[in-house]
Amino acid sequence: MATTLSPAPGAPPRLRPGRGGGGARAAAGRLRRAASRHFYAWLLVAPVAAVTAVLIGVPFARGLYLSLTDATEATVGRTVGADEIPAAYDVVGAGNYLAILSGEVGEFWPRLAWTVVWTVVCVACHYGLGLGLALLLQRPVRGRAAYRVAMVLPWAVPPFVTAFTWRFLFNQDYGVFNAALGAVGLPAVPWLNDPFTAKVAVIVVNVWMGVPFMMLALLGGLQSIPREHYEAARVDGASAWQRFVHITLPGLRPVSAPVVLLGTIWTFNQFPVIYLVTGGGPGDSTELLVTYAYRMAFSGIRDYGGSAAYGMLILVLLAAMALVYQRAFRRGGGAW
Amino acid sequence: MVSAEHTTTPAVRGRRRRAGPRTRPRAASLALHGVLLCASGAAVLPVVWIVLTSLKPRGAWQSTRIELFHDPSPANYVQVLGSTSFLTWFANSLVVAGGTTALALLLAATTGYALSRFRFPGMRPLLWTLLVTQMFPVAILIVPLYNVLSGLGLINTHLGLTLTYLTIAVPFSAWMLRGTFDTIPVEIDEAGRVDGLSPLGTFWRLVLPLARPGLAVVAFYAFITAWGEVAYATAFLTTDATATLAVGLGQFVGQQKAEWGMLSAASVLIAAPATVVFLLVQRHLVAGLAAGSGKS
Repeated sequence: MATTLSPAPGAPPRLRPGRGGGGARAAAGRLRRAASRHFYAWLLVAPVAAVTAVLIGVPFARGLYLSLTDATEATVGRTVGADEIPAAYDVVGAGNYLAILSGEVGEFWPRLAWTVVWTVVCVACHYGLGLGLALLLQRPVRGRAAYRVAMVLPWAVPPFVTAFTWRFLFNQDYGVFNAALGAVGLPAVPWLNDPFTAKVAVIVVNVWMGVPFMMLALLGGLQSIPREHYEAARVDGASAWQRFVHITLPGLRPVSAPVVLLGTIWTFNQFPVIYLVTGGGPGDSTELLVTYAYRMAFSGIRDYGGSAAYGMLILVLLAAMALVYQRAFRRGGGAW
Repeated sequence: MVSAEHTTTPAVRGRRRRAGPRTRPRAASLALHGVLLCASGAAVLPVVWIVLTSLKPRGAWQSTRIELFHDPSPANYVQVLGSTSFLTWFANSLVVAGGTTALALLLAATTGYALSRFRFPGMRPLLWTLLVTQMFPVAILIVPLYNVLSGLGLINTHLGLTLTYLTIAVPFSAWMLRGTFDTIPVEIDEAGRVDGLSPLGTFWRLVLPLARPGLAVVAFYAFITAWGEVAYATAFLTTDATATLAVGLGQFVGQQKAEWGMLSAASVLIAAPATVVFLLVQRHLVAGLAAGSGKS
């Protein structure tokens, strides 16, 4: 709802007597009126505007600049003791971007492919399982509250604890999965030491972590769909599947649209699961774009310029995705 | 809330019921409970397993058999609390996450209010900025922030990390608080204005107290986000004395051999309080999130 409470024109906020000087000359007067009219709003948003500009704007601008240079740990300016070592890197223009996009450094395309697979599979599982469980939990069933609390539990565990926990469960020698396999006479699986099973493992961890949020959000969405729609459909003889497709799914749209976008962004940028469960390994087979960019900046030669360019490319991808997504939903007539 | 039995939503394709009666077929009921039990089990088991492991004697995790209980003892807990820096890390995490939460709420509350109540030039750009910064991957700001902080001598300090976390917490809190304030009727403000309060006075005396539940939700989110952050903490904190839990625990998981006994005990100590609070407030969390994300 558009709650417009801006002070009505002609009723300037109190507390500012004597300012404005009579409001005689037209242009200056209008400007001043705008300032006085929006004075409070601007005052109220000033702290966040300032913090955003200083803590995000400045580093972002610097990151953009770094992405155009060949800065590394060795060439970036710094102070060691009393000595000031000047910066010794050069602007290389689009060099970093070209090197990354041409596949010369950073294995961008294979990384992107895996990141997309990871995101699509994870979000599809989050949504599918979340929706399924929400539908089940919405039915009147004995012990519903208990089921619900149990299923929300994974969300309550801090992500790094989750990561360590699963790393233990997947442990090749002492993990519970291999113990279970052994108990029924099957050979142990080197979960985190084989590229394929490691990918499966990290997806499982992320799905486990992400389903509760989706489930709760969709449960809220389900409860906001008017009962009468179902009654009417039933009277018209609609089958269960028809009711699901024509009432439930469209009714969930205001909730689905934002949570799927949010979930996609979170999953695309997921850091702790990869970093703490596999460390990107074995080799770099589970490394996502984000964790790879991190490793470029904080291990080996600390390629600041390349890492910044990598990060910018990730942002461009995400922003493009979000834009397309929102367009598609607008056109579809969604309220969002 | 779900009202009557006969309005049950069909969940699975093909599970069709004759309309009307209050009971569902026995088989369907069994299937429903079966699925719910499996899902609950999958959700709970990893957590239960870690709790059980933490109660086993030291080194008992190195068992290739599945044993639920094996001489339960608090040895792992004694070890974690007594001979590691766990308590220091815990305190560090509290300081950083607490500081981040307090600062973020303090800064963001008025902005959320302004965005909810006023129309002003610059509003759209601000809203967009708040939204876009939420999709910043950690890789974008981390290098420049590292450089800036090291220039200011704030690497390996809690102040530096707190400032870093504000880049996450402030946009997010402002965005969510806007949703919170949207749920408070404008009539409250108007009444305040009629009674002669200034806009700031209205906000402070009338609106803010009413928004308390929403503020609590946002605070909780901000706290949890900072509490669980890994990437910045790992990059910016370099010594054991300043490490937060996310960094410190990594030490139990060495490259060669992980100390799973201690790790599991530490995990329980970290997750237990958070989990209790979380389960108590989860209903409000979702409502708060819906209010925050469902707009615009």
